[in-house]
Amino acid sequence: MRLPSFEYLEPKTIREACKLLAKYGPEARVLAGGTDLLPKMKSKEITPRYLIALKSIEGLDYIDYQPGKGLRIGALATLESVRNSPVVKERCPVLGETASLMASTQVRNLATVAGNICNAVPSADMAPPLMVLGAKLRVSSPGKGRLAPIQDFFQGPGQTALGAGEIVTEIVVPNPLPKSGSVYLKHTVRQAMDLALLGAATMVALDGKGACKDVRIALATAAPTPIRALRAEEVLRGKVIDDALLAEASAAAVEEARPRSSVRASESYRRKLVGVLVSRGIAQAMSRARAAGR
Amino acid sequence: MKQTITLTVNGDEFQLAVDPRRTLLEVLREELHLTGAKKNCNEGECGACTVIMDGKAVSSCLVLAVQARGKKIETIEGLARNGKLHPLQEAFVKHGGLQCGFCTPGMIMSAKALLDKNPRPTEDEIKTAIAGNLCRCTGYVKILESIKAVVDGKG
Repeated sequence: MRLPSFEYLEPKTIREACKLLAKYGPEARVLAGGTDLLPKMKSKEITPRYLIALKSIEGLDYIDYQPGKGLRIGALATLESVRNSPVVKERCPVLGETASLMASTQVRNLATVAGNICNAVPSADMAPPLMVLGAKLRVSSPGKGRLAPIQDFFQGPGQTALGAGEIVTEIVVPNPLPKSGSVYLKHTVRQAMDLALLGAATMVALDGKGACKDVRIALATAAPTPIRALRAEEVLRGKVIDDALLAEASAAAVEEARPRSSVRASESYRRKLVGVLVSRGIAQAMSRARAAGR
Repeated sequence: MKQTITLTVNGDEFQLAVDPRRTLLEVLREELHLTGAKKNCNEGECGACTVIMDGKAVSSCLVLAVQARGKKIETIEGLARNGKLHPLQEAFVKHGGLQCGFCTPGMIMSAKALLDKNPRPTEDEIKTAIAGNLCRCTGYVKILESIKAVVDGKG
């Protein structure tokens, strides 16, 4: 199947890109890696009249760390570059590990982290780890830009909080909390090239006495959007985590998940997975937190 | 409206007028008649269209030709030099790393992209590099043996 017709626009600046996007509104789509967009266009699921390619805009392909600013991932940084980045491995290893669990080399060399977020599918693997790390999205627009917490970004399947003419240009990941660890667990049928039947990211920060100082849990494919399991977090926060508490927390996560049945898995199976992955993930994040020097 | 692009394919420079909706794969196959890269799933799932773009393995069905403007593209047709096969090609022949051959160009390009960067990969690294290349015939064992033979210098 071939692509339907469209007009290809290649602005040189972000400002110009935002203006084009504002002008053409829902008739336009932003093109970064294209690995989600082009297949959807080939199948005629969407047929935008304009594609606004970001590739000729200077300074969007980077992964950078500065102590004061945290880790910053530019809109054109690919999954493969995140996977191979020494600074990601040092500062936020969970992001590189998550990228390793996604797609294939030849897709990861094209696909971007920002694209995975902006496509906003329920199974977006990059969403849960970025949510537990408290990431923010730098959003440019024809007017004033803004910094949007990833928390409030997902509004429905394929729906984001981006307004007219707004483009995500950067993902900002703050420094992880002291004595904390994060993991992303992805349950799939195949070992590669597969979507998550369920994905769970967990972050645990411990205090001096080994109790849970802070905790975040985020799930993919557990609801129409990636979600935080806030009630499960409440169960754990401030407490010494033992097996009984872990069971209580995972039961709370199972309760607040809203998965659907699809050809890939039933709702009840996904609910079971929520419990298993949350409890396994918290245990693994805790052992990472114990091992963390900082 | 067609746009003029320059592509360097297997060392040769081509100026082409392409419709923006043509993928790199379509331009390679239909304009340049390089039919080694296969059009199969056409959605980035199977790896049969894998080529190397600026040193990186990519699914050419997911790249617009206009996005490849100015890039260096390597395809299976560029591997043999002066009638002599590339060591990976020789190893696939010698170790029977193929049956029907449909996935082979993509498989070899994925392997080449890996070995160009990392001449001594572990078995896991090889498996990761070809995880996006589906083969329905071989069960992958002989493909792995072929790539390992090159790594071990026994191509």
